[in-house]
Amino acid sequence: MRDFSIQRLVISLAIAAVVMLLLPLGMNTFVLTPLLIYGLLGMSLGLIWGFGGILCFGQAAFFGLGAYVYAISAINIGESTFPMLLAILIPAVFAAILGAMMFYGRLGDVYLGVITLVVTLIFFKFMNSTAGPEYVIGTARLGGFNGIPGFQTLNVPGMADEYIYGDSLYYVTFVILVLVYWLVNGLLQSPFGRIAIAIRENEQRASLMGYDIRARKTTLFAIGGAIAGLAGALYANWAEIVTPGLFSLGQTAEIIIWCIVGGLGTRLGPILGAAGLGYLKFLLGQQAFLDNAIVMGLILVLFVLFLPKGLIPAIEDIWSLSVGKRRRRRPARRRKRRALSNG
Amino acid sequence: MAETVLETMGLTMRFGGVTACDAVNFKLKARELRCLIGPNGAGKSTFFKCLTGLLRPTSGHVLMQGEETTDWQTHEIASLGVGIKTQVPSVLDGVSVRENIWLAARRFFPTKEANDKAADIIDRLSLNDIAKSEVGRLAHGERQRVELGIVAAGDPWLVLLDEPAAGMTSEDVERMIGIIHEMARRAAVIIVEHDMQFIRSVATTVTVFHQGAILMEDHVEKVMADETVRNVYLGKKA
Ligand SMILES: Nc1ncnc2c1ncn2[C@@H]1O[C@H](COP(=O)(O)OP(=O)(O)OP(=O)(O)O)[C@@H](O)[C@H]1O
Ligand SMILES: [Mg+2]
Repeated sequence: MRDFSIQRLVISLAIAAVVMLLLPLGMNTFVLTPLLIYGLLGMSLGLIWGFGGILCFGQAAFFGLGAYVYAISAINIGESTFPMLLAILIPAVFAAILGAMMFYGRLGDVYLGVITLVVTLIFFKFMNSTAGPEYVIGTARLGGFNGIPGFQTLNVPGMADEYIYGDSLYYVTFVILVLVYWLVNGLLQSPFGRIAIAIRENEQRASLMGYDIRARKTTLFAIGGAIAGLAGALYANWAEIVTPGLFSLGQTAEIIIWCIVGGLGTRLGPILGAAGLGYLKFLLGQQAFLDNAIVMGLILVLFVLFLPKGLIPAIEDIWSLSVGKRRRRRPARRRKRRALSNG
Repeated sequence: MAETVLETMGLTMRFGGVTACDAVNFKLKARELRCLIGPNGAGKSTFFKCLTGLLRPTSGHVLMQGEETTDWQTHEIASLGVGIKTQVPSVLDGVSVRENIWLAARRFFPTKEANDKAADIIDRLSLNDIAKSEVGRLAHGERQRVELGIVAAGDPWLVLLDEPAAGMTSEDVERMIGIIHEMARRAAVIIVEHDMQFIRSVATTVTVFHQGAILMEDHVEKVMADETVRNVYLGKKA
């Protein structure tokens, strides 16, 4: 069993390494890096929605918060290591507080959606209104709709002059994405993850089993906030500026669409959905004929109508149709063997 | 004389104008097997929900093993070692039978022991053939059995079963009765049932609910022979 999982790990890592090295051959790393960041952001919602059953309309709030926390603390502190950690921690704590209020308050799903959406809008409105010189945190001016430019970007830990940008930022982001994916995978296979799925399936039964669903949902929500915050910090480093647009409704809607298109409740789906649609958006940005929002909306409608479970489950279905025949015979054989030993 | 493990005092639940439970005083001893009967709408399920914190009683008290649990959260009560099978099967549809039972066991045992426990329950309830199936795809009787497995997995000392035999084949019911007897060796069990055959084969003492209150509580044969009970319940059924 153990050997088997180590073997799988090695194979997955090898595939990831090959993909990491091949992608820059076909595409500019400046285009690739944000796609990976979107993947991370998609994974954060995919985790809490697909496996925890928490539909959050405000994942962009944690993304934007991570970006702003990074920018503000990088201006004040300089060296990027601590700002990066803060950009994970503060969105996580904020998500924990928000989550605790919603889950301990026993809010229904609809109210949960409304509140997370409103929180995002408040951030958006507030950040837009901070153009005046009185809005400063330490030495960082919030800058209103112009955002915050000119902060220290990612550097090699401990060496403030060794910047990580361009190709190296791409490789670092890729490694972070793989690492977080691996951690999320481990989480989902742990008792915590399996109980989260139980709560998604049936809250009443989970509490009748003795699980405190409020505490567990709050924890999961905070983990999602941490991952989104990390994505935000990486985005800030790539863009080298943070603006209120990070908190926009469009951003929040896109994350949800990534998850639906990629396949909710799958581990890879939200990542691929995010990267794929992110790339499509980039291509659409190159021309003026088709509007991006219309195409995204159209894709969403087509998926909801024809592939409601998303891309990854559809691929799995095709796979099991072709390969699955051989597998399906196995349980029958085992049953026969047991019948023989019984008789 | 065995100790009292469950007691309610003046337990009352009102929904607007409807009093679903009306000042119920109820006592159950350790390892007792009790049947709860009563016509539709008598308040049996509501009584169960008040015991498990799924509903907050309007007034009155619930004591479990001498401790007041009246306003506790459902998961806190369940964590004491109280298992309930709800009237409408409440299972985890999207995961396997084994996962359902493992999750129930994991609350009370560390991972490895929970693995063993789940395997044991699956064996005892003859769920081996469907252990890997998604519960949502199973037939009604199988789902009932899975829910019983979930209840048994935590080694509860108090088991509440709301119509466990409903919609089952007679073969399934036979098996169910065996499982219930086995549970009753370690736990106090309350069963809500309508099927008189079933009640005769499992219980000695029967409590009759009528319009939210306890109408009578006695030996099964006496209850069935009682004129008032016949009028409110058996008469209607027959
Ligand atoms: N959530 C609720 N809101 C309003 N009224 C309710 C609610 N739950 C139950 N009732 C009412 O309380 C009364 C008792 O219902 P309950 O389900 O406890 O009966 P029961 O004895 O379990 O009946 P059955 O044998 O049909 O399962 C009924 O009149 C029912 O309509
Ligand atoms: Mg009922």
